[in-house]
Amino acid sequence: MIKIEAQLVNLRHLDELATGNTVIHRLNPCAKLLTTMVFIIVVTSFPKQMLAGLIPLCIFPVALVSLGDLPVSPLVRRVVLTLPFIVFIGIFNPLLDHSVAFQIGDVVISNGWISFFSILTRSILAVSAALLLVATTGMEGICAALYQIKVPKVLVIQLLFMYRYLYILLEEVGRTIQAYNLRSFEDTGIGYKAVGSLVGQLLMRTLDRAQRIYVAMRCRGFDGNIRLNRQTRVQYQDVAFAFGWSAFFIFVRMVNIPQWLGSLLTEGYR
Amino acid sequence: MSHHLVEVKDLEYTYPDNTKALCGITFRILHGESVGIVGANGAGKSTLLSHLNGILTPAAGTVRIGDYSLTKQTLRQIRRTVGMVFQDPDDQLFMPTVYDDVAFGPLNLGFLPDEIEQRVMAALETVGAAHLKNRPPYRLSGGQKRSVAIASVLAMSPDILVMDEPSSGLDPFARRKLIKLLLTFTHTKVIATHDLDLVLDLCERTIVLKDGKVLADGPTLAIFSDAALLEQGHLEKPFSMQGCPVCNSR
Repeated sequence: MIKIEAQLVNLRHLDELATGNTVIHRLNPCAKLLTTMVFIIVVTSFPKQMLAGLIPLCIFPVALVSLGDLPVSPLVRRVVLTLPFIVFIGIFNPLLDHSVAFQIGDVVISNGWISFFSILTRSILAVSAALLLVATTGMEGICAALYQIKVPKVLVIQLLFMYRYLYILLEEVGRTIQAYNLRSFEDTGIGYKAVGSLVGQLLMRTLDRAQRIYVAMRCRGFDGNIRLNRQTRVQYQDVAFAFGWSAFFIFVRMVNIPQWLGSLLTEGYR
Repeated sequence: MSHHLVEVKDLEYTYPDNTKALCGITFRILHGESVGIVGANGAGKSTLLSHLNGILTPAAGTVRIGDYSLTKQTLRQIRRTVGMVFQDPDDQLFMPTVYDDVAFGPLNLGFLPDEIEQRVMAALETVGAAHLKNRPPYRLSGGQKRSVAIASVLAMSPDILVMDEPSSGLDPFARRKLIKLLLTFTHTKVIATHDLDLVLDLCERTIVLKDGKVLADGPTLAIFSDAALLEQGHLEKPFSMQGCPVCNSR
């Protein structure tokens, strides 16, 4: 129970950061959403042997954190949470691919390791960009932006409602587990025999609630459209933000800046 | 104005699982009246309320709200006239912020942006929740949620307010505030509740339901003074009419 409650607090922490009022927070949600999408697409499009070329992209999350005045540790903690999954995706690459990429003294770096670290870096960049979007825009802002860029409204409404009622559902789960524990006397978690009926109970209750919410919506004139009352004007800095960053990302994708800098230096020594 | 009239005639309803919830209910509520609907658990209070704005459609009998009788064609008009405050405010507050939630009804009714702003703020100020407008609903206390739920209905300026257990889950102070707020409303009010003291404070008329039928319908004070009737309806005199517990035990 205590664990679940702690998770609840965690869950909302990121969203609460979105109430800040900095240059980044004030930007149009659409601009931030599109920029983040371009960023993620560019990051994932890098070939797997390219590691150094990714480094300049780290400027984006770092810039958002510092300009948006965001605390670093909660963000890092959430990125770390996703690490095990990423590691599992990439862990076999060093084992399968032994071809030599380069050699420093006696240490041989294989292409497997390069691609492993490339997957790791790309995932961390993509995840942190998504988290930063939530932390600077908030879920409602993102939903409004998705609505504006014509994502199907069914999806947006689902997202909006899932986010709203996740909290209540988790509370209900917490209560159910507590009631179970109070009468089970064995501290071994929920027995497999009870899991089915517990989950079934939750499903029934969720369906009931969904029905009540739908009725409440119908009573207030719901006709299938959620109208978010926000006049989001696109301003000069929004366009500059979106285009500036997108141009930078694409440039980094085209030109391997670290390699270019390196060759510039070695040229200089010759 | 016949606008605020609520007329229920021989209303019957049976749930899909064959539970007979209402068996021939008839009453008429006039403009500006405040009526308490009381009765035991399962007497049919919530089912009755669900008929007043077309959440359920009668199996037999009729419901008339103002000039319209309740049919599919008049549903939109009726839902505008009858504002329903649900028992669990969490069911009613589904938008990401308080402001969005209160604006939900007016936006669907197609008001202009300026008027929506004005309506939302007026409704929030009426319930004393204007300072909460940017807060997400999950961060509100029980009393605040209730106030916002009422504001979300007021923003549509209904003529008739229908409330299901408005005082459930509130602490005594929040409950008192709610009663004071409701006293300032001139709407026709229909309140279903187990809180008989609230009925005593707010409603001059009471309808007692039992097993889907009207057991009694009359002035609140007369009904609450009739001990035999109350017992029959699985009720008890409101605490404020029971006298002092210390003096009584002497």
